[in-house]
Amino acid sequence: MTTLVRHLMWTAIAAAALLAVTYALPPFRNYQLATAAAYLCATAGLTVLVGLSGQLSLGHGAVMAVGAYAVALSQNRLADAGLTGNGVLVLSLALGVLAALVGGLIVGLAAARLRGPYLAGVTLAVAVALPAVTTVWAGVFHSDQGLSVYLDPPPAGLGYDFPLERWQSWLALAGALLVMLLLANLLRSRFGRSLRAVRDDEAAARLAGIDVARTQVLAFVVSAGCAGLGGGLLAVLTQSVSPGAYSLTLSLFLLMAVVVGGLGRLAGAVWGALLLVVLPDLTHTIVASLTLSPAAAQRLEGNLPLAVFGLTLIVVMIAAPGGVQGVVRRLLP
Amino acid sequence: MHRIAQRGLALAVCVSLFAATVACSSDDQGGGGKAAVPGVTDTEIVVGTHMPLTGPASAGYSKIAPASKAYFDFVNANGGVNGRKITYKVMDDGYNPANTQQVVRQLVLQDKVFAILNGLGTPTHSGVLDFLKTNRVPDLFVASGSRSWDQPDKYPGTFGFNPDYTVEGKILANYVKSNFAGQKTCFLGQSDDFGTDSLAGVEKVLGKDGVTAKETYVVTNTNVAPQIGAFKTAGCQVVILATVPGFTALALGTAARLSYKPQFVVSNVGGDLPTLAKLLGEAKGLTEGLLGANYLPLMFDANDPWIQLFQKVNKDFGGGAEFDGNVIYGMSVAYLFVQVLQAAGKDLSRESLLAAVEKGGYQGPGLAPLRYAKGDHSGYGGERMVKVSGGVQQFFGPTYETDEADAPVKEYAGTPATPPANGVPTA
Repeated sequence: MTTLVRHLMWTAIAAAALLAVTYALPPFRNYQLATAAAYLCATAGLTVLVGLSGQLSLGHGAVMAVGAYAVALSQNRLADAGLTGNGVLVLSLALGVLAALVGGLIVGLAAARLRGPYLAGVTLAVAVALPAVTTVWAGVFHSDQGLSVYLDPPPAGLGYDFPLERWQSWLALAGALLVMLLLANLLRSRFGRSLRAVRDDEAAARLAGIDVARTQVLAFVVSAGCAGLGGGLLAVLTQSVSPGAYSLTLSLFLLMAVVVGGLGRLAGAVWGALLLVVLPDLTHTIVASLTLSPAAAQRLEGNLPLAVFGLTLIVVMIAAPGGVQGVVRRLLP
Repeated sequence: MHRIAQRGLALAVCVSLFAATVACSSDDQGGGGKAAVPGVTDTEIVVGTHMPLTGPASAGYSKIAPASKAYFDFVNANGGVNGRKITYKVMDDGYNPANTQQVVRQLVLQDKVFAILNGLGTPTHSGVLDFLKTNRVPDLFVASGSRSWDQPDKYPGTFGFNPDYTVEGKILANYVKSNFAGQKTCFLGQSDDFGTDSLAGVEKVLGKDGVTAKETYVVTNTNVAPQIGAFKTAGCQVVILATVPGFTALALGTAARLSYKPQFVVSNVGGDLPTLAKLLGEAKGLTEGLLGANYLPLMFDANDPWIQLFQKVNKDFGGGAEFDGNVIYGMSVAYLFVQVLQAAGKDLSRESLLAAVEKGGYQGPGLAPLRYAKGDHSGYGGERMVKVSGGVQQFFGPTYETDEADAPVKEYAGTPATPPANGVPTA
């Protein structure tokens, strides 16, 4: 059986299982599942970039924002022009990916000439500069307030009472499955082998006839496309885009998520995406269950998720350098 | 190949069985009896809100929700509303629109609140208008003066509370026009609907040429030296501020550092003296002479019966939080909400609640009239000027009212109501 058929089958099975799950979950949990799926697009792309090509990006939140703003602008323009429907949404998402690909290409071209901390610095600057872009062109991006995203109700064929959250969950999961399928195939291909070769030893890769710079730029572009789709989906889920949603913190969280999930394996990206949704929720529940003075609760509420994420990172790195996926692998025969 | 297929099939069967069980059990709950109102039982009403308890706008604002909660606890201790106790769920959104999306969904979908009350912020709350509308959740008394809340046709369940920023801009500019005639007037606004709406009001009165320099700031960048510097260069003598408290303090402090002393005139949302004094610390003297406007009683009027009531509630149920304009604001909102619940009657539903607000005719601590009616979802319709002198912030002159369009700014003669003897409104 070829790799493609095997991956297609796993995707179909996962799709069937997830479909059943969306029917079982109440709306808010569906919304969280959809959010995790949107994050998964980005963490999967980042896994390819960091884990397989060995390039570090501290600016993937900003790449997500590029996709998100493209989707928002396109959805709203098309709706103003009288074009609505879920086919239009697919078009907008495609535009979002395209915009992110272009962004990824530009950063990637610079990245191929930079190493280690210098590359981290450039991508960090991208993440930091994002809010300023929305402020300077406030007429288009509407500054801190951001844009609202036009979204059609679920298709009429699904019934009048079909919950919006389940529909959003389907959209996001479809995107995530597509990304996972494409990346899984890509990694098994010649390109995947070149990536690993470049990561492990650039000189050896060059001797083997691999164009190192081109491979690195391509890795950046692929990873940016995935992040763009993730950002676009996130914009569709929240029906809004604002710089606050794609801050530097998000970029750092994404990186932490793929490291904690298990660097270098796509399954690790799944754990990372789930952690991004579950950890803040968990800390909120903990804070809510504690009986604290209002002032202390206020302080904790805002800062605890950050602290917990940092602690988790430290604990996982000490106890299981392979991340969550590393532990899972060891436990399962 | 067949091993994978077997494993996949087994997994799919398990998941479908699980899904079927959950689906069946939820069907059982839904059957029989009359449709339940979300968040309302015979003994409880659950309401939720989003507030910046942390982040750049939390200074001062983080005290609003606890104050509302304290007033609800006071009402609950007095028997509640029609035998129901009010539970107020407060979620922190850090004044970040993305977080607001998340926490409001949690309140509506997970915690099943009856209504959202006093969600704070123009950029934050604009993002959840559509979500609340699709889920038919009453969205009462938004804590912002954006005109977005007053769109009864588009958002039938959303109502404002503050006087809208255009009304306020007109009233502030009207004062500037008659008292600082011929002086160069400039404007600093938040880079969103708050700043835009306010500037629109100012320009309606002073004219487009009446504002010499216009600057904006974003809450994520706490440096306003370029803006203040531009005002100094342009020779502005009067600066109108549409700023949240943190940025009012920043503007005053930055001007002082640049040895620049214009007359500042500030919006009510960023002009509470105790909040500013706390932010400025040692430099609180910079607030001397600060002009502004307000529509709720001020803490410095110790003889005002509303202040006495709120201080008592704050002492007994608010843990003796430092008493300032934010506490007064939070309790005024809570008082109005209890009035509306009373008017909606025993048979409480989302429809009856909205009908009760639209019926209008509410009187509480406010100096200006509340405007709620069938075609009007804006809140208070006017303000009175305030000034800081000798470390005390006090009202002066008449109360003004106007609309967001071209109506002139005129005096309002009505007098505020007095609170009921036990402090709890009745239907």
